[in-house]
Amino acid sequence: MELMTRTENWNITYRHALGETASYFYAQIRDKQQIYGRRDAKSGRVLVPPRAFSDETLEPTKEWVPVGPEGTIECFTIVYEAFNNLPDPPYAFGYVLLKGADTAIGGYFKGIDLKDGAKAAKQLAVGTPVITRFAKERVGDALDFWFELQG
Amino acid sequence: MKVPRVGIIGIGQSEFKARRPDANYPELVREAVTIAMKDCKRELDEIEAVVYSLAPDALLGIGNAERLGVDAVGARNKRFMRINTGGSTGISSLAAAHSHIAAGACDLVLVAGADKVGECGDSQTILNKIWDPVYERPLPLGTITMLAMSAVRYMHKYGMTEEDMAAIVVKNRAHAALNPKAHLRTPTTIEEVMHSRMISWPIKLFDSCPQSSGGCAMVLASEQYIKDNKLDAVWITGVAHCTESYFIGDRMGNGYIADHADSQAMGEACQRAYKMAGVIDPTKQIDVAELYSPFSNTEFHAIEGAGLAKLGQAPGMLKDGHFKLGGPTPVNPSGGVLCTNAIAVTAMVRVAETALQVWGRAGGHQVKGAKRGIASGNGGDHQFFGAMVVEA
Repeated sequence: MELMTRTENWNITYRHALGETASYFYAQIRDKQQIYGRRDAKSGRVLVPPRAFSDETLEPTKEWVPVGPEGTIECFTIVYEAFNNLPDPPYAFGYVLLKGADTAIGGYFKGIDLKDGAKAAKQLAVGTPVITRFAKERVGDALDFWFELQG
Repeated sequence: MKVPRVGIIGIGQSEFKARRPDANYPELVREAVTIAMKDCKRELDEIEAVVYSLAPDALLGIGNAERLGVDAVGARNKRFMRINTGGSTGISSLAAAHSHIAAGACDLVLVAGADKVGECGDSQTILNKIWDPVYERPLPLGTITMLAMSAVRYMHKYGMTEEDMAAIVVKNRAHAALNPKAHLRTPTTIEEVMHSRMISWPIKLFDSCPQSSGGCAMVLASEQYIKDNKLDAVWITGVAHCTESYFIGDRMGNGYIADHADSQAMGEACQRAYKMAGVIDPTKQIDVAELYSPFSNTEFHAIEGAGLAKLGQAPGMLKDGHFKLGGPTPVNPSGGVLCTNAIAVTAMVRVAETALQVWGRAGGHQVKGAKRGIASGNGGDHQFFGAMVVEA
């Protein structure tokens, strides 16, 4: 027998409040090209991106700490497959431990030839030093900055 | 306090495929329920409570689809609840059913669900939405990229190679070829896996699970009910969960508690389940394992989390044939998540398959003489972990 289908599409717009901590974080990136973390007074660890409370000690964080722009790669991946509503491949992104931070923050890796995956993966190896770059036009968003290899 | 025993008396799995155009969502749930009820020779009227296994709504494209599910599982006028812990939903649903019985509230509980991931077109679009909209949503995170980054750290820490990952695929496809319910059943080779197209380095197409459609249902009962009705059963002797905090970037850097390379919270869940079951040395006391692993690389840290290998040693042991059917501790004899992933019920299938093994009912992929097994489930951003020990 003929089996039939119906097509449905969800397209919903949300306007998410960022809260005080993330709002300050993004304003500093937009206005001063500076990434900040929050220090957890109990453990002394600097959380980047900044959290209003530590998921480890469960205490409120109280101090802003400037971090970066230097950092080291903690992990990465290079995407070669196109997914709906995600960027056109190839692209590389991952997590970087910025100087002065204790946790890693996500961002794109730019300025690397991604044609040969194995070769690019070697360049992005865990522990590789990177530098944070900021966009000329900044809007206060996670895409206002990215990482490039040092030197 | 002695915990009352909870038995598994009925298991129903549909066949898993990319699409099931012959059945809409509630019909697919109903199919699994019918098989499970027939398996335990009970009528739906006797079921006192239903725990409904349903992962993120958008994968199915129906908001709170448990509303539709009520009729498919015969839950009108009964206790009913939906459980959702992402990929671990199925094992979390079983844990909730176990609690209903262990608490003495019910004697007979049905756990059921289904998924039609093949209908959503692109699960990574949906899974990108599980990330926090404040800091991480602008990045192209998804479950593949998240676990590709785990692979990168595992490679860095323990020297795993892409060929080691491919060897997992070869093993699991060979197992799935023996399991008529599995979705991807064609055997493959290291070369074929290595030549499959790169998705998210180092994960290739063949290192990845399929988007499956299918259903699963299980009937759990109290020991007294099983005795009174002279039923055949296998027993859930250990049940536990453990949770990891949200930010992936906290699982690296300085002074972290858990490494994103490993599966620390999953290991904790397994240890809690072992403790409850009285398992002291899983390498000697576990005969079979069905471990949630949607990508080839994650099976290594799952094996280690389940205590079946020391950290970093699973790839070497795999090469020695340790985890294949016929080896000392077969892992994922069903073919595992790598060959079948209908997300809402995937972690339930892990327990169902473990139960079939210790029951001696696994057919072509039976582990000879299996009496005790471990099953696990992972959900969230490698965050919510469940484990169950099942014994004959």
